[in-house]
Amino acid sequence: MADHALRKAPLGRHHGGSAGARVTPAAPATRLSLRAGEDAIGTLSLAFGLELPRRPKTSASVSGRHALWLGPDEWLLIDENGADLMGIASGVSALHSATDVSHRNTAILVSGPDAAGAIASACPLDLGNAIFPVGAAARTVLGKIEVVLFRSGEEDYRVECWRSFSPYAFGLLVEGAEDAGL
Amino acid sequence: MSGANRIAGQGRLTPARTARFTFDGKTFDALEGDTVASALLANGVHLVGRSFKYHRPRGILSAGPEEPNALVDVSRDAARRQPNVRAPVQEVFDGMKVESQNRWPSLAFDVGGVNNLLSPFFAAGFYYKTFMWPKAAWEKVYEPFIRRAAGLGVAPTEEDPDHYANRYAYCDVLIAGAGVAGLSAALAAAEAGARVILCDEQPEVGGALHYDTSVKIDGQNGYDWAQATAARLEAMENVTVLTRTTAFGYYNHNFVGLVERVTDHLTRPDRKLPRERLWQVRAKRVILATGSIERHMVFANNDRPGIMLASAARTYLNHFGVAVGRKVGVYTANDSAYEAAFDLKRAGVTIAAIVDNRDKPGEAVLAEARKLGIEVLTGHSVVDTKGKLRVSSMSVARNGGGSARAIPVDALLMSAGWTPSVHLFSQSRGKVAYDAASGRFLPGTYAQDCLSVGSCNGTDALQATIEESLAAGELMARATGNEGGGKVELSGENAFDWTGGMAGSGEGAGVDTTVKAFVDFQNDVCAKDIRLAVREGMHSIEHIKRFTTNGMATDQGKLSNIHGLAIASEVLNREIPKIGLTTFRAPYTPVTFGALISHSRGDLFDPARKTPMHAWEEAHGAVFEDVGNWKRAWYYPRAGETMHDAVNRECRTVRNTAGLFDASTLGKIEVVGPDAGTFMNLMYTNAWDTLKPGRCRYGIMLREDGFVYDDGVVGRLAEDRFHVTTTTGGAPRVMHHMEDYLQTEFPHLKVWLTSTTEQWAVIAVQGPKAREILEPLVEGIDISNEAFPHMSVREGKICGVPTRLFRMSFTGEAGYEVNVPADYGEAVWEAIWARAEPLGACAYGTETMHVLRAEKGYIIVGQDTDGTVTPHDASLSWAVSKKKTDFVGIRGLKRPDLVKEGRKQLVGLLTKDPKVVLEEGAQIVADPNEPKPMKMLGHVTSSYWSENCGRSIAMALVAGGQSRMGQTLYVPMPDRTIAVEVSDMVFIDKEGGRLNG
Repeated sequence: MADHALRKAPLGRHHGGSAGARVTPAAPATRLSLRAGEDAIGTLSLAFGLELPRRPKTSASVSGRHALWLGPDEWLLIDENGADLMGIASGVSALHSATDVSHRNTAILVSGPDAAGAIASACPLDLGNAIFPVGAAARTVLGKIEVVLFRSGEEDYRVECWRSFSPYAFGLLVEGAEDAGL
Repeated sequence: MSGANRIAGQGRLTPARTARFTFDGKTFDALEGDTVASALLANGVHLVGRSFKYHRPRGILSAGPEEPNALVDVSRDAARRQPNVRAPVQEVFDGMKVESQNRWPSLAFDVGGVNNLLSPFFAAGFYYKTFMWPKAAWEKVYEPFIRRAAGLGVAPTEEDPDHYANRYAYCDVLIAGAGVAGLSAALAAAEAGARVILCDEQPEVGGALHYDTSVKIDGQNGYDWAQATAARLEAMENVTVLTRTTAFGYYNHNFVGLVERVTDHLTRPDRKLPRERLWQVRAKRVILATGSIERHMVFANNDRPGIMLASAARTYLNHFGVAVGRKVGVYTANDSAYEAAFDLKRAGVTIAAIVDNRDKPGEAVLAEARKLGIEVLTGHSVVDTKGKLRVSSMSVARNGGGSARAIPVDALLMSAGWTPSVHLFSQSRGKVAYDAASGRFLPGTYAQDCLSVGSCNGTDALQATIEESLAAGELMARATGNEGGGKVELSGENAFDWTGGMAGSGEGAGVDTTVKAFVDFQNDVCAKDIRLAVREGMHSIEHIKRFTTNGMATDQGKLSNIHGLAIASEVLNREIPKIGLTTFRAPYTPVTFGALISHSRGDLFDPARKTPMHAWEEAHGAVFEDVGNWKRAWYYPRAGETMHDAVNRECRTVRNTAGLFDASTLGKIEVVGPDAGTFMNLMYTNAWDTLKPGRCRYGIMLREDGFVYDDGVVGRLAEDRFHVTTTTGGAPRVMHHMEDYLQTEFPHLKVWLTSTTEQWAVIAVQGPKAREILEPLVEGIDISNEAFPHMSVREGKICGVPTRLFRMSFTGEAGYEVNVPADYGEAVWEAIWARAEPLGACAYGTETMHVLRAEKGYIIVGQDTDGTVTPHDASLSWAVSKKKTDFVGIRGLKRPDLVKEGRKQLVGLLTKDPKVVLEEGAQIVADPNEPKPMKMLGHVTSSYWSENCGRSIAMALVAGGQSRMGQTLYVPMPDRTIAVEVSDMVFIDKEGGRLNG
């Protein structure tokens, strides 16, 4: 019996940004790519303990668990407390597909009064308050890569990307944060 | 002292704040806020460059971005140097180094000036004719010579040490231009509550108010009103005011590119500041308030230093406090130039005369001239000028002939009227319309949600401009859902309304004259050149433009287009709109590459994708190769080893002992749902419904046309769940291909696709000792050969973490691919390595992987196939189901061309001399003695030295290859011809005993 292998996050202990926009790697989380038709939404919502959003660019959050709308039959579920989301999904008999993407994605947190400006250096989405309020989520691009952007607070954003793209995303956000603070 | 021509009490610069710069090595003083042009003029320097083609002495023509002459090389230090900078735009900073261009050995004595004497040989279009023969000489002699002789600045060679930034921005109303019109529009839109971005290319807002000191708005001096208004706007939360910011490109859906020059004017810029910032603005509405540009007069020798636009002289006086001369002549067809004369006269400058080619100038300006005692010669023209390095006199004659008299001047101001700046409007795909009454092109049909206001819209009068702009600002704000604020009102007054204007050549430069009357200063195009083009048969303005290069310089003909059109119109005897206006293209003014690239340089140029084991590989001496954006371990050289040595060792070690390989980059797609099997049956040629959970199969994916698109091993984890692998490079397109078919052809299937490429780190453990290495680390999976045969998959644990363990092989050895959640990849790799190393195993890279798979005849899609290869061509018929009635490509495979004899087929090649390694891509022939061109049978797709076989091996696509087994073919190379024997593609362990061991 071997020792338990140690986990190593893709971004390690990076940190950066500016006084107005701090850029830090998020802690590990469990994630699910959840796919289901309209008729399974109710059952799945019950199982996950939050109402799966049905409108574009919206999300639902309950104590560290988030469901981000990515498409009419697609959600990204994130549990910051590391709950066994695959386990929950396997108990649901309504037709759906759940795939574990906990390690595929990693997240970068951008926080502070200049956070939106930092992201806008590389993301062509309108981040204005009326268009992208707290709770808004969207699959979009950051420079040359695809990301999922989630506004978790007034001045807090979570940028989800695939792990091998994370140093690139981090670098862009740090440069953006520096310029946004000028 | 900041220049002898600075007039005390004039201008807006602060005399106490000075900067020092050099021009061609000589030191000059400037005031803070000076441009290079204003500072040089203050010091009496008019000669600043040599022209492009004739090397004629040139001076400063304008006070804005339309400048065609005064292009200089500006540097801060050795690396921060930029050629072709427009002197009237570049602000002076302390320590700046300015050099003139296109002259040798010096600006005052330039050898290239001989071109001016030889100019009869350099007529328009000369390069299309003179240098046509002999053809070969064009590349070697003519073109390099012309490029050296003509051409402006020299590109910098050092890496640019500055950084650049980018911002995406959204607004309700974007306003380009912050003169009276732009400021008024911004005020109205902002007061209504709209999100407003207002930009202007100048360091301060104000536009024409920089020079037009007669304007008052709400009783306040116009320029002061502009600054106060900008401050008021900046204080509003919904407004962004950007100065030194040029709207350079107007693209689809109100997407406008702005470039903000952040540090080019600063003496010691903070290192954190980007040199420039690109703003990519998506505006709901756009208001164009871009103003208009004064035209020069076209007459003989109108290009001498000291000859400039009247409004430019007014700017230099009223904003910079600089008199451009002491005895100034004015040549005009328009009232506006009179005001330049008035301002200069009041500042104490002698006005030699106002020469007006009209018989009846505006009465108001005429009366004012009389009052100031300025001589006005109506119905007269300037027909020539004199002066070597600066104008010294103008020759004036009555229109229609008569003797000319020379009037000494040291500067000559000119104005042929004003050209509305419709550049951005034209870029927006709006159609301009010719207004015959005013002789100008104005915005006609709009293609996007924008409006033009003020003089770019042909609105001349001040109050009309204000009211039109306020209305547009409010309208655009309301249109974007803003309901705030009340009506903004402003009242303006000015001294004179301007009449007049002309286009085309003036007296003495008309038809049948051969004088050098410049139309396009930057490209040295004269009026006679346009006429030559017409005589040569060019009747469309597009042809005339290209033949003469009129308007094709970096100034894009801001001054010359209308004159060129008018001259062509006169000789062709057709109205101007019939000849047409060329389309304006972005950028409005040149944009640096740095601004466009912004963050995309160095590490951020492109994502460098690294696997979870990258750091370990790096620490163990791996050399990496780029595969798409991935960095993959290529081989692991030990001390003293060449690549060849290392690969041979790795190949031997894997077959004799075992090897570890990082296969994490392989594409992975999870196919989940009750119809997963059905979907797989449709996407791949193989049969999947017969595959049991826990088993794997090698699958081939075709395109609709029957050609191989991708391949990979697929494991069935459950009835409704497949773990699909793709090639590394194919991962994204295979995912899209599958998703495309799922959504468009098979939307009835209950199945979903998720990319899991990066969810799993993949460690391939291959070789006779693979099982021995893994066995103690794995929990919950019996990996004995009986329980876990080749092409199996199980879920369990390794090193205490979850794994999807595959028994599969791309080497031909018994092997495993350990999939673990990516964050555990490095630790699990290290644990496996700790077992493998003592047993004599090695880590191997992609090169060894390539050799080992070729030894077994395993193809690489994209290397051994090229989009024209069917499974049958690749000897993969066994992987195409005979029973299935449908899959993507099934009909394509039946096309006559895809089943006919003699197609190129994949075979093995063995060189007769085993030591010779073929070149990949080399052509193959049957008869090396056949006269050229030989019939080529195919080409080598893969070729390696195989240490395990003790000889070279190769794969090739050869016409009718499968029926040529044992035949001798030839590979002709430049230095020799290599004989090869056609063989099958399996070079080692043909029975597969090792694989299943």
